[in-house]
Amino acid sequence: MAAKEDLQLLGLAVSPFAIRVRIALNLKGVSYENLEQNLMDKSELLLKSNPVHKKVPVLIHGGKPICESLVILQYVDEVWTAAPSILPAEPYNRAVARFWAGFVDDKLFPSMVGILKATTEEERAAKVSETLAAMGKLEEAFAERASGKPFFGGDSIGYVDLALGSTLIWLEAVRRMFGVAFIDAGETPLLAAWAERFREAEAANGELPDADIAVEFGRTLQARWAAASAAAN
Amino acid sequence: MAEKGVKVFGMWASPMAIRVEWALRLKGVEYEYVDEDLANKSEALLRYNPATKKVPVLVHDGKPLAESTVIVEYIDQAWNDGYPIMPADPFDRAQARFLARFAEDKCNAALFAIFVATGEAQRKAVHEAQQCLKTLETALEGKRFFGGDAFGYVDVIVGWIAYWLPIIEEVSGVTVVTDEALPLMNAWFGRVVDVDVVKATLPPRDKLVALNKARREQFLSAAA
Repeated sequence: MAAKEDLQLLGLAVSPFAIRVRIALNLKGVSYENLEQNLMDKSELLLKSNPVHKKVPVLIHGGKPICESLVILQYVDEVWTAAPSILPAEPYNRAVARFWAGFVDDKLFPSMVGILKATTEEERAAKVSETLAAMGKLEEAFAERASGKPFFGGDSIGYVDLALGSTLIWLEAVRRMFGVAFIDAGETPLLAAWAERFREAEAANGELPDADIAVEFGRTLQARWAAASAAAN
Repeated sequence: MAEKGVKVFGMWASPMAIRVEWALRLKGVEYEYVDEDLANKSEALLRYNPATKKVPVLVHDGKPLAESTVIVEYIDQAWNDGYPIMPADPFDRAQARFLARFAEDKCNAALFAIFVATGEAQRKAVHEAQQCLKTLETALEGKRFFGGDAFGYVDVIVGWIAYWLPIIEEVSGVTVVTDEALPLMNAWFGRVVDVDVVKATLPPRDKLVALNKARREQFLSAAA
């Protein structure tokens, strides 16, 4: 049994960025205190720990906060060095993993959020295309990099698996809301099989809420954006 | 026959590409620089970076990498017995990555917004940029560089601002950084442009001013 760490995670059950940190900590067998945040009424601790962005997740280790989910994943991998490794040890493979995780966060996810945010059918269609294109690139990347292994990270869940796998509930939520499937056995067969394996993995399956919770959260966000936009006009 | 050596696909006026050069030069690594015409990208660039088709791309012994922040960390690890670019301690590394990400996401957007705007929109963008730089500045307190005594990861990623911002200010007709408002940033700017690897790679000022003047005019007339 791992020693008790002075470790808290400020997160949100439905946030992909928090989900990926929880799964990583599970992979490492590290125990922590999970502090669910209320983003409508941000806690003192959150504001003090992440004054720059005021966002989740924040990992607090020995009283010191680490912010930005991918930064946190790398920190976790560098501090808790026992297997499994989250990032490959070899520099080139490590860099490729960083590239694709960055691609999920900088290309795939913002396009997907754009679908929710779109105020016209045209805008929405454009964002759907963008998201599908990004997913296509990830399918190619999986074909090239996984070489027959179950995960991007090889035999076990790694950095890119965490980045992409944590967005699955949101991809499903958007499918339920708008009828477009981004991971599909016909178009992206490798990712479809990978998604099943990810969802069933021991470290992951307790951390993925039902997509309907994300749908509800998505509708709340849409209402807020509409209200903000009306107030601004 | 396996491809050997280091190649950088960049563009002479690109701050992202220059980061890669700085990292390689800090390590004393020889490289071939391919200056791309971004309006007419080479077949090689498109083959090495099909995912985003952007510069910079590093090719090391035939293996390509894209995204300047990814490339800089790779260079630090691939030549890990050379000059240390990243801090050693995991928490310090997390802080460095956080700051670099903040600069990329928030500061770059604000600086770009200054460049393409006029009037009220530009005034707001200047204020945004100053706020971003103020946040970055807190990490410089008591230090010569973000990396401490020596030029480190955050300096490599953010250092372009030291040379490019005065040019953006001139071309856009605004002042963003002053000694009164951002003294630590201002002092750091002076130190950055004096670093050997920086001095060796900065593009000629008049050429960069001319290019950016033309680009700003293009943006403004497209928006009109």
